[in-house]
Amino acid sequence: MFIINCPYCGERDHSEFSYGGEAHIVRPKQPTELSDDQWAEYLFMRKNVKGLQYERWNHAHGCRQWFNVARDTTNDKIHSVYKMGENPPK
Amino acid sequence: MKNKYSIFSLIKNSFTYHENWQRAWRDPEPKKSYDAIIVGGGGHGLATAYYLAKEHNLKNIAVVEKGWIGGGNTGRNTTIIRSNYLWDASAGLYDHALKLWEGLSQELNYNVMFSQRGVMNLAHNLHDVRELKRRTHANRLNGIDCDWLSTEEVKKFCPIINCSPDIRYPVLGSTLQRRAGTARHDAVAWGYARGADAMGVDIIQNCEVKGIKRNGDKVIGLETTKGFIQTSKIGVVAAGHSSVLANMAGIRLPLESKPLQALVSEPIKPIIDTVVMSNAVHAYVSQSDKGELVIGAGTDAYISYTQKGTHEVIEGTLKAILELYPIFSRLRMLRQWGGIVDICPDASPIISKTSIKGLYFNCGWGTGGFKATPGSGNLFAHTIAKDEPHKLNAAFNINRFISGDLVDEHGAAAVAH
Amino acid sequence: MSNKFRLSSGGEINRTERVSFKFNGKTFFGYKGDTLASALLANGVHLVGRSFKYHRPRGFLGSGSEEPNAIVQIIKDKARTEPNIRATEIEIFEGFESKSQNCWPSVNFDVGEINNFISPLLPAGFYYKTFMWPAKLWKTYEYFIRKSAGLGVSATVRDPDLYDHRYYHCDILIVGSGPAGLTAASIAVKSGKKVLLVDEKADHGGSLVGSDSELTKINDGTPKDWVNKTFSDLSKNKNIKILNRTSVAAYHNYNYLIMVQNLTDHLNEEEKKNKIRQRLWKVRAKKVILATGSIERTMVFDCNDRPGIMLSSAVRKYLNRYSVKCGNNVVVFANNDDAYETAISLHNKGIKIKAIIDIRENSDGDLVKKCNDLGLKILWKHAVVTTKGRKKINKVIVMKLSNNNNSVVGNEIKIDCDLLCISGGYTPAVHLFTQSGGKLLYNENKSYFYPGKNSLEQISIGSCTGIFNIKKIIDDAYTKVNEFLKTNIENDTLVSDMKSGGFENIWLIPSNKVPGKTKSFVDFQNDSTANDIKLALREGFKSIEHVKRYTTTGMATDQGKIANMHALGIISEHTKTKMGELGTTTFRPPYTPLTFGALVGRNVKKFFDITRRTPIHSWHEKNNAKFENVGQWKRAWYYPINNESMHDAVQRESKAARENVGILDASTLGKIDIQGSDASEFLNRVYTNAWSKLGIGKCRYGLMLNEDGMVYDDGVTTRLGENHYIMTTTTGGAATVMGKLEDYLQTEWPELKVFLTSVTDHFATVSLCGPHSKKILEKVVKNINFDDQNFPHMSFKEGVIDNIKCRVMRISFTGELSYEINIQANYGKAVWEKCMEAGKEFKITPYGTESMHLLRAEKGFVIVGQETDGTVTPIDLQMDWIVSKKKYDFIGKRSLYRSDTMKEGRKQMVGLLTEDPNEVLEEGAQIVAEVKKKPPMDMLGHVTSSYYSPNLKKSIALAVVKNGKNLNGKKLYVPMKNKIIKVTVSDSVFIDKEGKRLNA
Repeated sequence: MFIINCPYCGERDHSEFSYGGEAHIVRPKQPTELSDDQWAEYLFMRKNVKGLQYERWNHAHGCRQWFNVARDTTNDKIHSVYKMGENPPK
Repeated sequence: MKNKYSIFSLIKNSFTYHENWQRAWRDPEPKKSYDAIIVGGGGHGLATAYYLAKEHNLKNIAVVEKGWIGGGNTGRNTTIIRSNYLWDASAGLYDHALKLWEGLSQELNYNVMFSQRGVMNLAHNLHDVRELKRRTHANRLNGIDCDWLSTEEVKKFCPIINCSPDIRYPVLGSTLQRRAGTARHDAVAWGYARGADAMGVDIIQNCEVKGIKRNGDKVIGLETTKGFIQTSKIGVVAAGHSSVLANMAGIRLPLESKPLQALVSEPIKPIIDTVVMSNAVHAYVSQSDKGELVIGAGTDAYISYTQKGTHEVIEGTLKAILELYPIFSRLRMLRQWGGIVDICPDASPIISKTSIKGLYFNCGWGTGGFKATPGSGNLFAHTIAKDEPHKLNAAFNINRFISGDLVDEHGAAAVAH
Repeated sequence: MSNKFRLSSGGEINRTERVSFKFNGKTFFGYKGDTLASALLANGVHLVGRSFKYHRPRGFLGSGSEEPNAIVQIIKDKARTEPNIRATEIEIFEGFESKSQNCWPSVNFDVGEINNFISPLLPAGFYYKTFMWPAKLWKTYEYFIRKSAGLGVSATVRDPDLYDHRYYHCDILIVGSGPAGLTAASIAVKSGKKVLLVDEKADHGGSLVGSDSELTKINDGTPKDWVNKTFSDLSKNKNIKILNRTSVAAYHNYNYLIMVQNLTDHLNEEEKKNKIRQRLWKVRAKKVILATGSIERTMVFDCNDRPGIMLSSAVRKYLNRYSVKCGNNVVVFANNDDAYETAISLHNKGIKIKAIIDIRENSDGDLVKKCNDLGLKILWKHAVVTTKGRKKINKVIVMKLSNNNNSVVGNEIKIDCDLLCISGGYTPAVHLFTQSGGKLLYNENKSYFYPGKNSLEQISIGSCTGIFNIKKIIDDAYTKVNEFLKTNIENDTLVSDMKSGGFENIWLIPSNKVPGKTKSFVDFQNDSTANDIKLALREGFKSIEHVKRYTTTGMATDQGKIANMHALGIISEHTKTKMGELGTTTFRPPYTPLTFGALVGRNVKKFFDITRRTPIHSWHEKNNAKFENVGQWKRAWYYPINNESMHDAVQRESKAARENVGILDASTLGKIDIQGSDASEFLNRVYTNAWSKLGIGKCRYGLMLNEDGMVYDDGVTTRLGENHYIMTTTTGGAATVMGKLEDYLQTEWPELKVFLTSVTDHFATVSLCGPHSKKILEKVVKNINFDDQNFPHMSFKEGVIDNIKCRVMRISFTGELSYEINIQANYGKAVWEKCMEAGKEFKITPYGTESMHLLRAEKGFVIVGQETDGTVTPIDLQMDWIVSKKKYDFIGKRSLYRSDTMKEGRKQMVGLLTEDPNEVLEEGAQIVAEVKKKPPMDMLGHVTSSYYSPNLKKSIALAVVKNGKNLNGKKLYVPMKNKIIKVTVSDSVFIDKEGKRLNA
């Protein structure tokens, strides 16, 4: 039910956005160098945080830009919103 | 069982105004140490304890539950039970559960109201037809009952479904598993709790796990809100909170915990006598013995531990309900609620040992765990007791995410309810 | 029937508008503005329904949405009959008809009442303990259980009414237009902000609606005067919108509220016509003021459920608002002063107050004094222990309470009466507050939960915070609202201040009977009693949620508005746990049930989902095409001529496409325009094959994987320029592929200079296929040399059709000589028709998706989603050739090298030929090497595509089979339900393996 403050468009209803999972998981630059274990870690293993989670959202029915959101998964409160490539605000 | 339930005991107790019924389970304080502890007092956890005590002769065991037993997804689901899964591994697992369901009320001496009223899965496009027929054939060769119904047969079997050819996504046919059905969700937890308790299992409610203690690569106990409890075997069955527990043990799981919602209508006289699921139009409905229509909605896409989903999901579900059952438009939603479901990337569960000795996980049931309750508990008990999986849950190990040997019920069954 | 319980004057009904209505087949009359409850009470009807389990006679308890007993079935046609309608809420109109439910044959004589006599056998949860033997009889038991359960009946025909949705944004939303809400609204409008005020009732004024005009004065007038004046002032203000009959169903996070407005249920048939029945409001409010009021409590004692036992506030409201007396000889049972207002009000209207039974020692309140002055008999420290009267109360038995209130002492006092008014105090309606995430606090002295903290922009005011005195409510509203809105509006409302006495609470009134023999109802509708709750506790159900579930307390259609507090109270007393520690059960939305129709709004029938049609759709329709739903698209499936069967049509179309020329509408395929200096590199990363060396003007087939190595999408991409490509995707994959590409581009490879634009809807695609296709193209498209050297297979040219630019790709999904014309969408139909015209001489034949599938299967081309299901790698498809070994990386590459994906003997795509060439396999059928007499059998794989090929004159199929690539020529079996089909594994390309036809 939340409102997300898109860094490009401003506050919009969450239904305009699509969720993109845990943020800051960087796709390995050299996948072939990884063991099956390490690759599975990238591919499937997730923190699934209960509490403050950094996650990706896409303004799918808007500017179609991806960005990051810091949201508390225990109450859906959004603490901050920041662009791709930026570090999460402290 | 000292206090056997039957019509005779009911009559006998009516003379004393039901004042002599015994507790269904004790309310013990935790002992210092157990041979095994199950974390999570839902249906799966209680069933695990029950079968550990019954089939593996482990009596010194406890179930610790942070709230009240059966209060998580056990008490929040739409109670559908079926075993018509596509892949051999899934079919084996869920049919094992279904067979246990078939004798469960008698086994537990607790009426879990397993009602084999059949489950239909509707097809709304040619892709659905192809996939559902594929599933029907696979089920038949796996010895699982499953019929294919034409649109006319759908109409006959469940007359209130809108089978008109001019709706947006007409019904093109359906599978029907006649042995499938529903059960009374709370009763399953209570029945297993009572059964386990009678064999000496300590069911400890309001006891939250705060830490999993390790000594090197093996577990030695649990830190809980009721103090430290020593044990060498921990079976975690914590559904939506699995990742939280895994984190305590320092391991990661391929799970995401998402809100799943359901709702019931006000009670009405019998109108639908089976369970109807539709994947393409996304709605499933049955009617409880009390008369409420029990309607399952979908998950929201994002992780949340709030037990609350979005209004849009409810609206979308009811939209689908009215597409299929336009006569329900004037019925009213009585109650809606949400649960937290832990979903694996392949929509199949994990019943597995872990890299830590003595630590076992049973999770990832996603939207469809209720139906597996007896089977899940039974196989998890085996895995814990023998420290190796039963052949029926061997495929559901954690390592499949490393090897790539997934049991992908996404593409196959699309929804794993 | 006469309105013999209607007073000759007073009230706020319109006595000039008589309304006749039917209940249980009998005709009655009431007045406009009456609810069904007030109208029936005016006619002396109290027996309206039967309870859920014991089928006990039940009447009216309350006067609003809290009503647990008086629920009826609306009678109308089969489409508009409606179950479980609260008689206390529904307003009557001329011709209104309803009946009692859950009774047979009638509410007066109900066979189900037998349950009341065998009730000792039916304690809470009895069904968990029995019906287990013999196991196979459960089905029969259950049949009868189900039959006796349920309340009203569903409609059986589609609802003809319209429902609507509205989104609304406001600065301040005020829920409830009682004294607190009206006060808040008066302040809010003066702030200049946009205000929305809603109330679930038809009337505004809340608790003031039923109050006695003599006893309370506001600004020297009656409460009604104040309500009218305030309301009319508000109505004139342009800052505010006021909605009545609007109930807030759910209060979500971020001040998002869902409410339903009832627009026509109170209107007669004529007035209802062409109007929207209900509207769902989805409100985003910057600030929310909850003034949701409170609900009067009953008291729990033996036989507290008979018709004629009513809440005191309800009796007062029926009297003062509707001018209806609910009885002639009244006993009042109270634990607070509020009930005394009812007593005085009744007395002043000439109704006999036989006695006031009060559990308190005494009270020094003004109303009590007044009762004493009026000479009304008050029995202090007494309690009603039971009642008599089967279908209507006729007697109460009263006894003195012991000092500690744990038992009753002395003799039974019998008082004849026909109405018992109960006032057990008030429960703040905190449902919305808790839904919004607020935590409740408990007031031990006054025995209620009230709102604690909430982090939202929200306050609660009025009696939902536990203030029940009108003066205090209004004063408090001024203070709180001014602070909340940062306004400074002066409180100019003068309310006569009345002193009220104390409050004393007994959750379960003691009885002189053996406790087991009492039936003290907690949840009236679900028939759960104090004994049921005690039984649950005895059996170890200690959490409130357990007790609720075991006894079904609070789970009826009133959602425990009446039952929950007493249930908690009894648990608390029984377990010696403080109420505050016990907590409440979760108040789940909705506050009051709302129709599915309102929730769905207009999204029914053709608005269920968007329908996407190609620009050529109308031509297909005109030419008798049958359509297939592919995602949201309508695609032409086949074009039967005359009464041709689907099989015949598909055979004809497929033959024509190979022998002459066929034409297909391929506009639904996804199209993504890719531009930028790194476009080639981008394609290298998203497709399995290499793209850098593709020449300008050339086309290439690409396969896209998921990061898990499984086939995700496919299609032909054309290089239009050095830095410009157009990618085609599958029809179903268009949106998700676009999303995925954007995701990688923005988040993983932001350094790439690539721009993506979805152009699926911008182009129409006409595909021509067959030996004559070139000749048609030559006629239709100017300025292109179609010579094979100049325009070979897998290349692209820009052309012109009637001065309109088009793109022509020479690509083939059938293995025939084939071209695709892509043209601006609005010209699509014209180009199609032009091709049809030009193709006449070559017997051009339109073909649909079914023939397209058949033709590509003959050629062994895969369809993503048919040959694949998310578990198939390109290697499994035996398409190793398309997976670049040289490229360092592409999406999904690493996953192809995991132990399982590299394993020998995975399922691989092969062809299958049936022993009998006329036997067409069923798609989805399973394949085995060895047929066993009984399942289970080891399955090797399944048939993914299967057709009768008119061009090869035999049945062909594609399948995925374990170790398939090593099984060529091997005999396998397809065991069907009633036969076993023998098949031979073959190559998956059935026609023209050499590709000669591409240049035919």
